[in-house]
Amino acid sequence: MSLPPFEQVVLDHSQVVLHVCRALVGPHDAEDAWSETFLAALTAYPRLRDDSYIRGWLVTIAHRKAIDRLRAAQRAPIPIGTLPNDPSLDRSAPDRSLDLWHSIAELPVAQRSAVVYHYIADLPYAQVAKMLDRNEPAVRRAAADGIAKLRTTIRREDIP
Amino acid sequence: MTTPEDLRNLLNQQDDTATLNRLHTRLTKQAATENLLDVAYRMLDTPVGTLLLAATPIGLVRVAFPVEGYDHVLTQLTERVSPRVLFAPARLDPAVREIEAYFARHRQRFDLPLDLQLAHGFRRTVLEHLSDIAYGTTATYATIATATGNPKAVRAVGSACATNPLPLVVPCHRVIRSDGSLGGYAGGMDAKQLLLHLEAAP
Repeated sequence: MSLPPFEQVVLDHSQVVLHVCRALVGPHDAEDAWSETFLAALTAYPRLRDDSYIRGWLVTIAHRKAIDRLRAAQRAPIPIGTLPNDPSLDRSAPDRSLDLWHSIAELPVAQRSAVVYHYIADLPYAQVAKMLDRNEPAVRRAAADGIAKLRTTIRREDIP
Repeated sequence: MTTPEDLRNLLNQQDDTATLNRLHTRLTKQAATENLLDVAYRMLDTPVGTLLLAATPIGLVRVAFPVEGYDHVLTQLTERVSPRVLFAPARLDPAVREIEAYFARHRQRFDLPLDLQLAHGFRRTVLEHLSDIAYGTTATYATIATATGNPKAVRAVGSACATNPLPLVVPCHRVIRSDGSLGGYAGGMDAKQLLLHLEAAP
């Protein structure tokens, strides 16, 4: 086993990293966060152990980049105020995912992180717990609470 | 929303193809600016099949025929040059222009910076002699062996040609057997024949 060409890493994981970035920093800054994540990953890639779990590694980088961003912005929760006017978000189809990002952004940080890393990035709870430096039962509880809260804020008719 | 499954469906409602393409292009540009684009590659349709072209910051490092298997070639580049391999066509623009001019019979010599790091020792010496064979002419494996100062190394010349990382540009297709038969070619015999015919045409 050896590392795949980095192009394969981008092809395999660009979508999930974009989802994670949207959920962590909001749709407005997600593209910049994606770029920072993949550039940092490319820099470190030759030193990565060839048996590494690449999706987990990328999501961890995205997580750190998001924290840097949020600290730099010196405010929480995630800024979403300018969203509806962002021209890059114009889509021909009615974009209900916008409501989703708002709802996720409004979750408390612990719940948001747990939901994003377990349900969106599809990482096992054990790894999410490690990333967040918390114990596994706490992360499970936060994810369940987060999902319950989303359930109340996202309307049933939004589901395709 | 009732289940995490619904969450995934909501996420996948949006088609991000255009966004992801744009982000990919941005990544390759930033990588080049920050000296992180160790290997850039693209594909090119030609009369001898779709070629994979790859370049390092030094120069063209690999030209590969379909029969070699693109995945295999990318893996080879990853292991022997660097895992920082990205689909990044811009760096290959000069090579594309010259190869297209060659097939249009507007160009007889390639004038591209080459990176010969995939060839070592005697094989590399052989490749350096191949560029002396003029367009439209051929040389024998034995002649090249003599030119390298190793007249007995005819077989080694053959394997140097067979493993040429830059076929077409380093013209191993111009090397044939002493009895006039074509010998082998990494791109297949049809490709070798086509190239020799192209160059022989008046």
